[in-house]
Amino acid sequence: MNPKEYSEKERALYSGHSSCAGCAMPVVTRSALASASEYNIVASAATGCLEVTTTIYPTSSWGVPWIHNTFENAAATISGVESAYKALSRKGKINKKYKFIAFGGDGGTYDIGLQSLSGALERGHNFLYICYDNEGYMNTGGQRSSASPFGASTTTSPAGTVHKGKEQWRKDLMKIAVAHNIPYVAQATIGNWPDMTMKFKKGIETNGPAVVVVLSPCILLWHIKPDEANTVSRLAIDSCFWPLYEVINGRYVLNYDPGKRKKPIEEFMKPQGRYKHLFKPENRHIIDFIQKRIDEEWEELKRRAEFDKAYIKSNSESEKQGRN
Amino acid sequence: MTIKNVKKRWKDIPIGGVIVEPKTSLRNKTGNWRVQKPVFHPERCIHCMLCVPYCPEDAFIVEDGKLKGINYDYCKGCGLCASVCPVKAITMEDENVEQENDEK
Ligand code: SF4
Ligand code: SF4
Repeated sequence: MNPKEYSEKERALYSGHSSCAGCAMPVVTRSALASASEYNIVASAATGCLEVTTTIYPTSSWGVPWIHNTFENAAATISGVESAYKALSRKGKINKKYKFIAFGGDGGTYDIGLQSLSGALERGHNFLYICYDNEGYMNTGGQRSSASPFGASTTTSPAGTVHKGKEQWRKDLMKIAVAHNIPYVAQATIGNWPDMTMKFKKGIETNGPAVVVVLSPCILLWHIKPDEANTVSRLAIDSCFWPLYEVINGRYVLNYDPGKRKKPIEEFMKPQGRYKHLFKPENRHIIDFIQKRIDEEWEELKRRAEFDKAYIKSNSESEKQGRN
Repeated sequence: MTIKNVKKRWKDIPIGGVIVEPKTSLRNKTGNWRVQKPVFHPERCIHCMLCVPYCPEDAFIVEDGKLKGINYDYCKGCGLCASVCPVKAITMEDENVEQENDEK
């Protein structure tokens, strides 16, 4: 889907929601629903900014059937809906085809909803799980989550004289999702919109569970200006803080390699107020540490993708020979 | 901001707090949040439509594949559209100045 095609589609998330000006989350959600617009969609959402801002009682921004249950069970809820749908269509009580999407923030996915997500992935329900990762609990005032990055200042990991922001490395949800041996897992961000919508589409068309993790800049937590969500997420891609890749049937595919234009992590951190304390001269070593670890992770990912590239190639070749 | 069915009594509310009407948030006119206002310059626009998916408020008016303008009822003035436009066809201006001009 390109922006032109998008602009002609009927929207499924309407105006009048109350997310902060410049928030990336409605962009992610609306693009996801537009990518799936050929299908009938049923969506569920975990408690979080998305749920709070789009369904202010008695109004709703949703143009598709939508179900909210509690914080931890967006994936469990959609599993139930999907199973009920299967049962009812077997009995001939539903004749239309439906697809299912669950949305969760990083709090509802990385932390609170992790086991219900894990269960749903393992049971192999046919649904797409989208995590809009804004790296903190924003709906409750900016606490750290296990997705908050190392060194970032949040209300529960504040930067001061002793502690310099969050002291743990962020959880790697991609690896956790991949470990479930599901057909499709991908990482995307709004900074590369065509790539993001391509992944949503692939996810929705996957037969079986699919997970797309989307970096979604938060104006309040990241302390950025309302018009910077896109530029910062581009920097996240270019600094390899947030590499764009997919894992298809367990095989890694790198979607974008900045190569020589790879930017230092400072460029990603500089516009964000949550990293301000790290730019004092005495905290230089923290930035160096982050850079080192980002580089290591990036190299590992590249090696993985390189290895799998050869595998995919030889596999497709042997398939061809098999056919001949 | 007017919500039409304020006169509903508790007996009229669906069980379980279910919202039975879709798209009802369209009643919440979020345009009054604006501090800055995007101004669209049609003469510069190349109708690439990049700004449309990036608007968190879905505030762009598109007709026949052309960008026609901005729906100020909902635009919160974030400036994301101006930041993605490749030809600077959207510029941000101070909301108050504009309003004063409108009133004159
Ligand atoms: S300023 Fe923000 S809300 Fe207003 S039209 Fe531009 S992107 Fe949409
Ligand atoms: S991004 Fe700029 S040039 Fe493209 S459609 Fe929007 S206003 Fe026009």
